[in-house]
Amino acid sequence: MSPQAESESFVLLRLAERRFAVSAGDIAELVAPSRIFRFPHHTKEIVGVILRRGRIVPVCDVAARLIGKNLRSRRFYLIAQRRYNTGTEWIALPVTGDCELISAEMIPASEADLPHVSGWLSHNGDVIEVLNLDALTPGPVVAPPVAPDESLRHEVHS
Amino acid sequence: MRLPAPIKAPPVRTEQIILFRVSGQLFAVSSASVQEVRSVDTLAGAAKEIAEAGLRKVRHVVQRGEHYFYVVNGAMHFGLQPFPPALVFVLRRTRTALLIDGIEKMTTMTRLQALPQAFCNAERDWYRGVTAIDQTVIPVVKPEGFLTPDELFLLDSSLEPKDSALQSGDSAFQSGDFASQSGNSALQSGDSGLQSGDSALRSGDSVGAPPSVFEGGSFRSSDPNDSAMQIANFDSSVSDSEGAAPLGSKGAVFPQPDATDPASLPQ
Repeated sequence: MSPQAESESFVLLRLAERRFAVSAGDIAELVAPSRIFRFPHHTKEIVGVILRRGRIVPVCDVAARLIGKNLRSRRFYLIAQRRYNTGTEWIALPVTGDCELISAEMIPASEADLPHVSGWLSHNGDVIEVLNLDALTPGPVVAPPVAPDESLRHEVHS
Repeated sequence: MRLPAPIKAPPVRTEQIILFRVSGQLFAVSSASVQEVRSVDTLAGAAKEIAEAGLRKVRHVVQRGEHYFYVVNGAMHFGLQPFPPALVFVLRRTRTALLIDGIEKMTTMTRLQALPQAFCNAERDWYRGVTAIDQTVIPVVKPEGFLTPDELFLLDSSLEPKDSALQSGDSAFQSGDFASQSGNSALQSGDSGLQSGDSALRSGDSVGAPPSVFEGGSFRSSDPNDSAMQIANFDSSVSDSEGAAPLGSKGAVFPQPDATDPASLPQ
């Protein structure tokens, strides 16, 4: 008997004409656009920061990567939790429309999918990408751990 | 029956900062990190042009006693539009003199939030963190972030041939007669915005020299506990919530020599 797939909660967001999904557990809130503060930096995906509940939250424009163009209008910021090695932080994603909370079954991503795709779900006849925010948004580059036997092999041959 | 003693709210930890502009952009720096604020006019006579340093943001160097201060163009460092600077910050415990547009105001911050980890490039070396002042988010610069060790090595290397010239021919730098340098054509042609003018810099004014204040229209503080640049005492009431960087330890007097070192503060 195959295990029965369980429904999970997802938030559907809209970027221009396309919809994407994020696990509802990663979402903090949906807020109206507020003043964005900009200062010099070299992380191109970050467009600035907003002040929300006393926290300074970076705004990460993921539209260029997901739909190939920047958003002309931003109706909301979807504030999500981004996991880092040292903990989680909020990150604001500009979206162009209302968001929707749905319950669906996710099909896990395959090796052929891009790193920012954690799976797929079907909703109202559409197949929607479930986003992996950890891969989609910038963060510190962590060097992959070297396997012990591999490092030993380097030592032997060097 | 005695009433329980009222619970006193712990005093808020604060740190005094200077808000300044570079090419119109607002930044903050801990006032304990600023040793001296001068007009670029007063610096012009003492600054020597660096011919081929390979760093566009550094065009001049100022010798003060045994120390060289590299004059960093703030606009170029941050990649902003060039703007004629009016003031220069001599940054404590660094070899940086930072060209800025001007000072906005001095104020106090009660919370320094670590730079969000989404910022993952050179800016992590530029900023200690970000703070909100009057509902405006302002990056707080890291004084030692203006020149990396590699850049300092490059600048020192480019300076070596000039050292001999300084020792042998340029007696004005040794004697402290900087006014005689006021017509320095190198400064006139440089794009860092330095203008000629009488210099108030004195030979032997090295880092940590006894304080003197208000020289030649500039402000100077060699002692972090001295003058208006003093940081207020603070206690530990700033919440160390997620993403927040504590400003210091309970009961510490800010700044002490170690406490003023931004690197020593937890981020």
